[in-house]
Amino acid sequence: MPTFVYMTNCDGCGECVDICPSDIMHIDPTHRRAFNIEPNFCWECYSCVKACPQNAIDVRGYADFAPLGHSVRPIRDEEEATIAWKIKFRDGREKNFESPIRTTPWGSIKSASDYDAPSQEAINSQELAHEPAGLNVDELPALTPDQLKQGVV
Amino acid sequence: MGLFSGRKTVFVDSDVLVIGGGMAGCGATYESRFWGRDKKVVVVEKANIERSGAVAQGLYAINCYMGMQWDENQPEDHVRYARNDLMGLVREDLGYDIARHVDATVHMFEEWGLPIMKDPETGRYMREGKWQIMIHGESYKPIVAEAARKAATKVYNRIMVTHLLMDKKKENRVAGAVGFNVRTGEFYVFRAKAVIVAAGGASHIFKPRSVGEGMGRTWYAPWSSASAYALPILAGAKMTQMENRIVLTRFKDGYGPVGAYFLHLKTYTENAYGNEYESTWYENTKALVGDYVDHQPVPTCLRNHAFLEELKAGRGPIRMVTKEAFQDPHKETVGWENFLGMTVGQAVVWAAQNIDPKEINPELTTSEPYVMGSHATCSGAWASGPEDYAPDEYQWGYNRMMTVDGLFGAGDTIGGTAHKFSSGSFAEGRIAGKAAIKYIDDLGKDAPEVSEDEYQNLKKVVYQPMENYSVGRNEIVAGTVSPSYLLPIHGLQRLEKIMDEYVAGISSHYTTNEHMLNRGLELLEMLKEDMHHLGAEDLHQLQRAWELNHRILASECVTQHTMFRKETRWPGYYYRGDHMKLDDTDWHCFTLSQYNREANEWSMEKAPVYHIVD
Ligand SMILES: Cc1cc2nc3c(=O)[nH]c(=O)nc-3n(C[C@H](O)[C@H](O)[C@H](O)COP(=O)(O)OP(=O)(O)OC[C@H]3O[C@@H](n4cnc5c(N)ncnc54)[C@H](O)[C@@H]3O)c2cc1C
Ligand code: SF4
Ligand code: SF4
Repeated sequence: MPTFVYMTNCDGCGECVDICPSDIMHIDPTHRRAFNIEPNFCWECYSCVKACPQNAIDVRGYADFAPLGHSVRPIRDEEEATIAWKIKFRDGREKNFESPIRTTPWGSIKSASDYDAPSQEAINSQELAHEPAGLNVDELPALTPDQLKQGVV
Repeated sequence: MGLFSGRKTVFVDSDVLVIGGGMAGCGATYESRFWGRDKKVVVVEKANIERSGAVAQGLYAINCYMGMQWDENQPEDHVRYARNDLMGLVREDLGYDIARHVDATVHMFEEWGLPIMKDPETGRYMREGKWQIMIHGESYKPIVAEAARKAATKVYNRIMVTHLLMDKKKENRVAGAVGFNVRTGEFYVFRAKAVIVAAGGASHIFKPRSVGEGMGRTWYAPWSSASAYALPILAGAKMTQMENRIVLTRFKDGYGPVGAYFLHLKTYTENAYGNEYESTWYENTKALVGDYVDHQPVPTCLRNHAFLEELKAGRGPIRMVTKEAFQDPHKETVGWENFLGMTVGQAVVWAAQNIDPKEINPELTTSEPYVMGSHATCSGAWASGPEDYAPDEYQWGYNRMMTVDGLFGAGDTIGGTAHKFSSGSFAEGRIAGKAAIKYIDDLGKDAPEVSEDEYQNLKKVVYQPMENYSVGRNEIVAGTVSPSYLLPIHGLQRLEKIMDEYVAGISSHYTTNEHMLNRGLELLEMLKEDMHHLGAEDLHQLQRAWELNHRILASECVTQHTMFRKETRWPGYYYRGDHMKLDDTDWHCFTLSQYNREANEWSMEKAPVYHIVD
């Protein structure tokens, strides 16, 4: 069904509804809990699974090619800046992986407008923000118009 | 007046309107703010920019990084690489431009907090291949979105843009866009001086290999709905290389990426009998494409070609030999994390089917075709090049401006520039953002104006599927079959079937000819007519309805282009059975199309290819 929601875990907070890029996690009006309204438009992207504060969402691989009995579950910890995955095979074997997800505090990115306003000269040049310094080379490479020629290679 | 035209209309004014907050859209937003401090920069996104677009689940590699600081590659090298891979035809001016800016873009990502792996000996970014660097990119999109959110005046999430608005004072000039809020149902009129389309590529225009529940397991995201093409096409912008759809060789069913496997893990492919097969198709391929077969690295499409020929010869399945590499625990970890970081579905398939690549060499397959502009393919809008060196024929105004005044694009939207990937798409967004600010400054007081007639008309058109449904639904007892409306899923499946069978999808081994294309166009025309009878039960289905409309228009454009180019330029992506060979005498050129909305007619032309010397 790709994603599905465990009835007893979901509290209807709506985080999954807010994040799903496919707009397919909706709140069921009767049960006031979330469910996948259109499994055939699910990418198994896990955005909702990672976002659910109750760990109420799981994935059961696409019915047309995935036999039952498997599980692939993440725990994404923003504070620790890690994601841990547990993979369980149909035959019971397990694999575990963990990766960093970010090297700076969340919210710490400087706004584009916090930098000095660019000069008119920079506006008229081909340079983009923070160039050439941000390129880590002396200057922005360029071609001259006569380097381009029409024709067959 | 329709049942739904009583809905509230919300007006939003901006200087720059960015449509689509994916990689390119976030880049465009950042840069528009940097250069336009006093400008109103608005982003409109159909999902939530925190996890929208093709990078929603993250990436494990950045596929476009020069490494100029270590003299690993220079922009010219990337141009040669993309040109080789695309069988000679890329907009080298645009490609060079992305390549010269992409390193600074990646350095920004690192500063923002994206974990980029480093080689412990050299301290340089860890290379997966000549152009790729490895990242722990689970949060790539949230990080990039944070920068965009801070730069934007406002981000409007959950608004599906359906049409662009044209200036009422001046011909061929954009004035904004309309759409609807998928949650509240309100109609939005965005008035803007410049519009940057960054709405991603197109999946689900060809029938996918997976069926039923699995149809969402396309390689490109199922929400890549071709708006990037349909919006400019409807506004009369010229499109280029739309025939250049891409087919991907990927792990079977999950479409897990193979890049790291080939490049970093050094795994390789073999046929069912354990034999290397690519070299055995050398002469066969040479007969089709001549010297292009000798390009190094071998063009992506030609590797697909050998794969397909080997399967047709009855020696499938083709497998990736992983058993040796996966004995090394480091490589095993990279192999799995590669999926967990960008295509979790592949890990799900392997867990479900008990495939441990340490013990089993997993099968590969070729995907259904996709239309996009940022991968090993370059479909998209025809755009003006960089001011400092683009030849006159490629330059009619501002960098990345389409053939409609004030309409810019980046990422999958822009044609001719293959191999930009996530970093190049963001860099191209930055290029477009700066150019849009310049354009607005030069406009001065001559700002565009939207026409009330135009947006009022569109308001009716946009909600029509809901009206069709509410009227037609009363005719029938229950169920999905109605004589008076089609549901979006019905239209989508018809579209996919037409494209698959007539325009070189999987069921015809990617082969078509003029007769089939003509039949395809006839059926597409009827489908377009039927779209007046689309029925949408709720706002979610209304989003699906407009995604479908966008996909159909893009598909028609693809079919027109495929018809126009009378050669097989990219065997392995598609074959023109009636013109099986590459033909440099007549077709070493770009194909351009333009749609006339009033007349419902397409016109086609050729445009010259310029090469960087050597
Ligand atoms: C499985 C996979 C693996 C990949 N691997 C790599 C890799 O390893 N390295 C790499 O560098 N690149 C990789 N890529 C490519 C990379 O993701 C793309 O090149 C890049 O995301 C393109 O950027 P874009 O902004 O054009 O499109 P996207 O990032 O897709 O953004 C498009 C945005 O537009 C929005 N949108 C669409 N239509 C509308 C509308 N009508 N109204 C409002 N909003 C709309 C979408 O919701 C989305 O947010 C991979 C892609 C996939 C799918
Ligand atoms: S995020 Fe989790 S708890 Fe909240 S509605 Fe969704 S499934 Fe339920
Ligand atoms: S896995 Fe992705 S596409 Fe599927 S429901 Fe969750 S967020 Fe949506």
